[in-house]
Amino acid sequence: MHASVRPAVTVNITPNIGSGAASQAAPAALPLRMTVSNVNFFYGNKQVLFDVNLGIATNKVTALIGPSGCGKSTLLRTLNRMYETVRNARLEGEILLDGQSILSQDVTLLRRRVGMVFQRPNPFPKSIFDNVAYGLRVNGTKLPLPEAVEKSLRHAALWDEVKDHLHKSAYELSGGQQQRLCIARALAVEPEVLLLDEPCSALDPISTAKIEELLVQLKELCTIVTVTHNMQQAARISDFTAFLLTGQLIEFSPTPQLFTTPSDPRTEAYITGRFG
Amino acid sequence: MNPRLRWRKFVSNFMLAMTGVCALVAVSALFFILGYLVYHGGTSISWNFFTKLPAPVGETGGGMANAIVGSAKLLLLASLIGVPIGFFGAIYLAEFSGGTVAFIVRYAADLLNGVPSIVIGIFAYSLVVLPFKHFSTFAGGFALGLMMIPVTLRSTEEFLRAVPNALREGAMALGASKWKTIATIIVPAAYRGILTAILLAFARVAGETAPLLFTAFGNRFWSPGWSQPTASLPVMIFTYAIAPYEDWHRQAWAAGLVLLGLILVVNIVARSILARGIAVPRS
Repeated sequence: MHASVRPAVTVNITPNIGSGAASQAAPAALPLRMTVSNVNFFYGNKQVLFDVNLGIATNKVTALIGPSGCGKSTLLRTLNRMYETVRNARLEGEILLDGQSILSQDVTLLRRRVGMVFQRPNPFPKSIFDNVAYGLRVNGTKLPLPEAVEKSLRHAALWDEVKDHLHKSAYELSGGQQQRLCIARALAVEPEVLLLDEPCSALDPISTAKIEELLVQLKELCTIVTVTHNMQQAARISDFTAFLLTGQLIEFSPTPQLFTTPSDPRTEAYITGRFG
Repeated sequence: MNPRLRWRKFVSNFMLAMTGVCALVAVSALFFILGYLVYHGGTSISWNFFTKLPAPVGETGGGMANAIVGSAKLLLLASLIGVPIGFFGAIYLAEFSGGTVAFIVRYAADLLNGVPSIVIGIFAYSLVVLPFKHFSTFAGGFALGLMMIPVTLRSTEEFLRAVPNALREGAMALGASKWKTIATIIVPAAYRGILTAILLAFARVAGETAPLLFTAFGNRFWSPGWSQPTASLPVMIFTYAIAPYEDWHRQAWAAGLVLLGLILVVNIVARSILARGIAVPRS
């Protein structure tokens, strides 16, 4: 029923299907790290995602944009099954990671492969070192911890700022540093995919710029999916952008294409600031 | 100044004075009790009080060493029963249970908290004393342990619930199982509050007399092992205070002071331990 209200061009499995002329941002066939197929999502009786299809390209940044309540955070939380912490949440459809269904795997192993950074920095009440080492410890790593912690902090561009006080409380860091610590903590378990849920919305512009710069570098290491309500941010850092509205995926294209020649009038209305 | 405004000012000042007086009365009652205890008990405390057994009637001197040890044994048993059940029950309530079960458990705990301590004593008497046919340290510890459960359970649950959900999500997003999250993040984040809750429960049962009257009973001598009746400070205070001997009254005051001192020491030690570690800042 919802397919009828949506132009056929937006039912994209791979990011670069669409009008061929404008898809210069991506080669014809990108390898996909994750695929979301026919996903419907419910909180109790309330449906919040309608038949979503999406491909997450390997080692690219995919941004999910849309107005508040459009389901972008919910969609992100299906990718590592974080929605399961909510009572009465229910998912229909299929999500694949490297060709295997995530729904049939052990959830702790899945979350090790698909890391997540949250809207507000949420460091644990532990030292900086113990925060980064936490994921390694719970997963029973054999790696030497100090080296692994240093590596992750370097990847998160935080090492130089904290290397002399690794054993201080994580709460002594600034908000932006705490968020980079949370990124380092997620990177420590070497995830294949990193999900970020509006990672900069609680930060000042300078910290935001640092994290944006970091994300662009991090795509060498892993595949990145980020939710943002900030369209400029999506345009700056992402390779692909998905626009959601009231639980439906309206348009999914290479980022330059979505922002310059959107194929759906609703996308155009949103990105030009007519609503949302 | 018109009369209406003058009246308002009068009411305001009067109420302010009243609240101040009430606060003063509340605080002075506490300090009066403390001072009275120190005044009467302080003079009767000697080294003998901590090392000697009670002296026979008519003889002066003697101490309450057996009651001090007895109270320590009873409180140890009570903590071994009350703390784990209250603690793990609280984890179940805060982290796992759904609506109906949680409601029933919470309601039952609140009711148990309201049961008069003498009734707890009768319960322990019929459950532990009657089958074994004699009073025992174990029966007394059991009764006190029962009383510790609801206090520990309800306040631990509150402190666990106060841990921000963001920490739970952060740990689970790193692949920590629910139990790992609880053991390595939630409980450490709440442990200051949990320890305070346990200390409150401990202090409360430390002074309980009624549940011990027909469980631990009393003993003029050392109580070997756990299956014999034992002396305890609250029961000693009760017996000595109602006795007709001047010397015993002074001993009862001293016992009251020692009991208070012991609770204070446990409190200070526990609090100095929990001053370490990193607290979650309030947002």
